[in-house]
Amino acid sequence: MTRKVISLAEIRDGSLRNVSLEAIAAAKTIAQGGEVVAVLVGENVQSHANELIAHGADRVVVVEHAQLKAYTPDGYGQALMAVVEAEKPEGIVFGHTALGKDLSPKLATKLNAGLVSDVVAIEEKDGEVLFTRPIYSGKAFEKKVVNGGLIFITVRPNNIPALSRDDARTGEVTTLSVDIKDLRTIVKEIVRKTAEGVDLSEAKVIVAGGRGVKSEDGFKPLQELADVLGGAVGASRGACDAGYCDYSLQIGQTGKVVTPDLYIACGISGAIQHLAGMSNSKVIVAINKDPEANIFKVADYGIVGDLFEVVPLLTEEFKKLKVHS
Amino acid sequence: MNIFVLMKRTFDTEEKIVINNGKVNEEGAEFIINPYDEYAIEEAIQVRDKVGGEVTVVTVGNEDAEKELRTALAMGCDKAVLINIEDDVEESDQFTTAKVLAEYLKDKEPHLILAGNVAIDGGSGQVGPRVAELLGIPYVTTITKLDIDGDKATVVRDVEGDEEVIETSLPLLVTAQQGLNEPRYPSLPGIMKAKKKPLDEVELDDLDLDEDDVEAKTKTVEIFLPPKKEAGKILQGELTDQVKELVTLLRTEAKVI
Ligand SMILES: Cc1cc2nc3c(=O)[nH]c(=O)nc-3n(C[C@H](O)[C@H](O)[C@H](O)COP(=O)(O)OP(=O)(O)OC[C@H]3O[C@@H](n4cnc5c(N)ncnc54)[C@H](O)[C@@H]3O)c2cc1C
Ligand SMILES: Cc1cc2nc3c(=O)[nH]c(=O)nc-3n(C[C@H](O)[C@H](O)[C@H](O)COP(=O)(O)OP(=O)(O)OC[C@H]3O[C@@H](n4cnc5c(N)ncnc54)[C@H](O)[C@@H]3O)c2cc1C
Repeated sequence: MTRKVISLAEIRDGSLRNVSLEAIAAAKTIAQGGEVVAVLVGENVQSHANELIAHGADRVVVVEHAQLKAYTPDGYGQALMAVVEAEKPEGIVFGHTALGKDLSPKLATKLNAGLVSDVVAIEEKDGEVLFTRPIYSGKAFEKKVVNGGLIFITVRPNNIPALSRDDARTGEVTTLSVDIKDLRTIVKEIVRKTAEGVDLSEAKVIVAGGRGVKSEDGFKPLQELADVLGGAVGASRGACDAGYCDYSLQIGQTGKVVTPDLYIACGISGAIQHLAGMSNSKVIVAINKDPEANIFKVADYGIVGDLFEVVPLLTEEFKKLKVHS
Repeated sequence: MNIFVLMKRTFDTEEKIVINNGKVNEEGAEFIINPYDEYAIEEAIQVRDKVGGEVTVVTVGNEDAEKELRTALAMGCDKAVLINIEDDVEESDQFTTAKVLAEYLKDKEPHLILAGNVAIDGGSGQVGPRVAELLGIPYVTTITKLDIDGDKATVVRDVEGDEEVIETSLPLLVTAQQGLNEPRYPSLPGIMKAKKKPLDEVELDDLDLDEDDVEAKTKTVEIFLPPKKEAGKILQGELTDQVKELVTLLRTEAKVI
């Protein structure tokens, strides 16, 4: 059965988020040959439409309005409802991002629909689409199906590969004008705390520091390693609590959940609440001076040693590699 | 002020997960108040102590949740309500839970509803916003600060590490993020008092709901554990050689670089 599926695109720091491209790939799997329509919502966003088509969208619908500059559940809810009424999709895919998590339950409720959140894999079996998602903070997984009706999911960043870019692809770009009104929540101010550049939840490489980093300055060698690898810096709660870094970097049960290709844990003991945020990473490297540290139990590779010696050596080694390649 | 807290009893994810007959084995496991709901309870108590009113903690579940409800009462909530759906509902999902909660809340004239931003077991983060939408009230998720002034509210919201300052008005639903407050432990006098506080139990019938009204929209068909990781490789030898070996392994064996 083919389905018409819409996917919501998100923009961060002027670029499309990678998870929005992954959402198109997920939408394609659900569509089973049906049409995939990407949706761009914001103030001045139309310029991103072609990139969505290059990554597999058949068409793009653009909703622009001054009231959509900042995300609000009411504003985006009205925009998405208008798109759903115009397109009548059988599937909807959002990224499992702050925006996606906030908006998807509202939209699902408006549409009297189920919602499968935080999907990491999609498969088709006997005409039914099965969605895999982590439960128990990543310690187990479940496969879910939708009991008929609209299929609505959010996809976790970094798990469903985006389709490679093909600029030869073409597709129609249309605008939908929507009256946005009666916003009940108003964004007064946005305080930027995270660094520009690679977003932690979407980074392919994360270098994370724990209490073993010992000071704010101690994060510098980690940042250098992350820079060489094109990655981002993260932290344990131990490091955040000690004031070595901002809480926006915290990974774990009460912080961010990440699944990079490579996670390098430096001076992190590996408490269960930390593992909840990173144990599904593809490859884990642990650097810790205590050979008994729990982090070695989940690590693919471990170095027992002082991180202040090991991390700079690693940075040097990767730099050499870059020069050679 | 009429304040409600939505509380979920969760499996303590520090526990080892064992699967028997396609279900997570709950025998003998430790259960707790969902950690994010502790922040919600604490905030509710603080708001009440400032502006007056009453805090009611509500859970959808079965009798086992009475223990966690008593803990919430011992922390300082005034009343507890258990919506026991065990006999009426076999398969449930976030739609079910939200529908039941909204149906209970709709004629209670709530001014403020607090929930956790996510349950550490089910992990969807859907229930809060769904309840708000069903009740037709605004919501703000993952909040780290809440100031109430009359029927106006100023809220700080955590957005993947950045902060949004949001203005809105009551009635309002918010979901708690880490950093909102430091939840208190129940005191001994609190525990004694909690024994006398009202804990009501209601069922679907009392809410004028049929099973059909709350029928789950999604279904779990399989639960499984992640493939067991083979023991990792602890590198040996001179530190500089270990580092070289690690880089080689990441390139050729793990192929992530
Ligand atoms: C409800 C709850 C939620 C929580 N949520 C989170 C969460 O989201 N994320 C999180 O991370 N934690 C969380 N925690 C805290 C968690 O339990 C641990 O306390 C925390 O992860 C410990 O941080 P750490 O590993 O940096 O510090 P420690 O446990 O102190 O470990 C420091 C490590 O550094 C090593 N070390 C020291 N010096 C060096 C050196 N020079 N070179 C190499 N290694 C060195 C030590 O051997 C040690 O293993 C939570 C706790 C609770 C109760
Ligand atoms: C009798 C029974 C049968 C069930 N059967 C199934 C089943 O077959 N399949 C299945 O997948 N799940 C089942 N569940 C679990 C249940 O459907 C979900 O766990 C629930 O909908 C919450 O979803 P979540 O864990 O994603 O919470 P989230 O949406 O992540 O929770 C966010 C917040 O919402 C509030 N909240 C969540 N749940 C409750 C609650 N129960 N009461 C009050 N507040 C709450 C809390 O404030 C929480 O912090 C069953 C539960 C019960 C009680």
